[in-house]
Amino acid sequence: MDKLLNDFSFGLFFWQIFLFLLLLFLLKKYAWKPILNAVKDREEGIQNALKSAENARKEMQNLTADNERILKEARNNREELLKEARTMRTEMIEEAKGHAQLEADKLIAKAKEEIENEKQTAITDLKNQVADLSIGIAEKLVKDQLDSKGKQVALIEKMLKDVKLN
Amino acid sequence: MQKKIVYILAFLTISFSAYSQHATEHSKEQHELVQHEEKNLRERIKENIQHHLKDSHDFVFFSDTKKGKHYGFSLPIILWDDGLKIFSSSKFHHGETLAEVDGNHYKLYHGKIYKVDAQGTINYDEHHHPANVKPLDFSITKGVLSLIIMSVLMLWLFISIARSYKKNNGVPKGIAGFLEPIILYIRDDIAIPNIGEKHYAKYMNYLLTVFFFVWFFNLIGLTPLGINVTGNIAITFALALITFLITQFTAKKTYWKHIFWMPGVPWLMKIILAPIELLGVFIKPFALMIRLYANISAGHIVLMSLIGLMFVFQNWIGSSLTFFLAFAISLIELLVALLQAYIFTMLSALYFGFAVEEHDDSH
Repeated sequence: MDKLLNDFSFGLFFWQIFLFLLLLFLLKKYAWKPILNAVKDREEGIQNALKSAENARKEMQNLTADNERILKEARNNREELLKEARTMRTEMIEEAKGHAQLEADKLIAKAKEEIENEKQTAITDLKNQVADLSIGIAEKLVKDQLDSKGKQVALIEKMLKDVKLN
Repeated sequence: MQKKIVYILAFLTISFSAYSQHATEHSKEQHELVQHEEKNLRERIKENIQHHLKDSHDFVFFSDTKKGKHYGFSLPIILWDDGLKIFSSSKFHHGETLAEVDGNHYKLYHGKIYKVDAQGTINYDEHHHPANVKPLDFSITKGVLSLIIMSVLMLWLFISIARSYKKNNGVPKGIAGFLEPIILYIRDDIAIPNIGEKHYAKYMNYLLTVFFFVWFFNLIGLTPLGINVTGNIAITFALALITFLITQFTAKKTYWKHIFWMPGVPWLMKIILAPIELLGVFIKPFALMIRLYANISAGHIVLMSLIGLMFVFQNWIGSSLTFFLAFAISLIELLVALLQAYIFTMLSALYFGFAVEEHDDSH
């Protein structure tokens, strides 16, 4: 302790206090403040950058989720539309089929009727013609048979004979 | 590692046996002569070390004792003795002559300046201390000059770093890239954990300054310039005093309450604790002062003794071994330089933390 006190130099102590405080003051003003501020600013910048990146990521996520949702909706929509179209088509086909059948039936019925009519007409015509023809033939026959007296007489006889038979 | 230790031990034994053999080979007369010379040498080494540890009024790099020549430069002496007396230390001729200024005679005796009569008589008191008048000595000594030069270098270094930040948009480049982690370490691992997020900012200037101050002066003390600043009690006293004053003047109410009226203990304990706590207030900075002083002085003493041992041995095995040891100690001293700066800063931060701590008075 004695040695320590003996070694103590007041002059050095005085200069140390003076110079150290001066150094402290100058460093504070011109070095530590700018350095610590620069470091702090940078740290804050990094913090902000990280935060905004995180936000962007979240937004991105939201966007993707939205997209997914929209896509899903669209898919559902399409599905529904397709389904509807399919039923409509079937319905339409069914309907068309029904109509066509009806029409065809009608046509067929009409045709049948017409054919029947034509047939009747043709039959009537044929009958008439056959009647005409028969009468012509009969006339001719009769003429041929009865153009001589002898024949006439023969015929009457014969007919009489038939009548008698009856 | 163990293998290495074995090698070192083997080396030690060999060299010591070689040394003793070397000694016995001499005749008795020669032996005595050698011993005498050795004693002389040892005395000189001891003196040298003691001289080195003290501050001095001239800057001597090395001396030739045979010719009595000193290589270095003289420094201004500033005395307050009924008025300012300024003169060059060359007037003392390294303590060999008296300096006469304005009719007063001054003598440089064991690193201190005393007012003496024209014959240069020194009167001693019963403790064999000089009883002469000591004028107030504000000389620019070796230590003060080192302080000035290193302070300027530190200013230049840190201001240039601050500028580089401004220039590079806050990106550390060059030396800033090396020192920034240390600055951040002091902030994030010394200041904030010990003082707290709320109050640490106002202490940062002091903590940073004191850390780099102690570190750089510890390092400059390891150079062959022979500067010993942080191993000087006046310097460490000044640093510890500043820590002490900052602690007391920034202390909050709870700090004083914890000293004089410790909450949460019986009143009898409060009375017993108060003087103990009050003593602690002074012991803390005192320990700071002694720790730094003792560590750095011890490092210098060990290193210089080892270097001196090289000349005592005067054989190549012993001398090279001590050289190796001195080298190893130098490496350790590099670590100690950083460690002591860290400890000083750390403990200062801890004391500041006590000062601003806001307790919930539950414990």
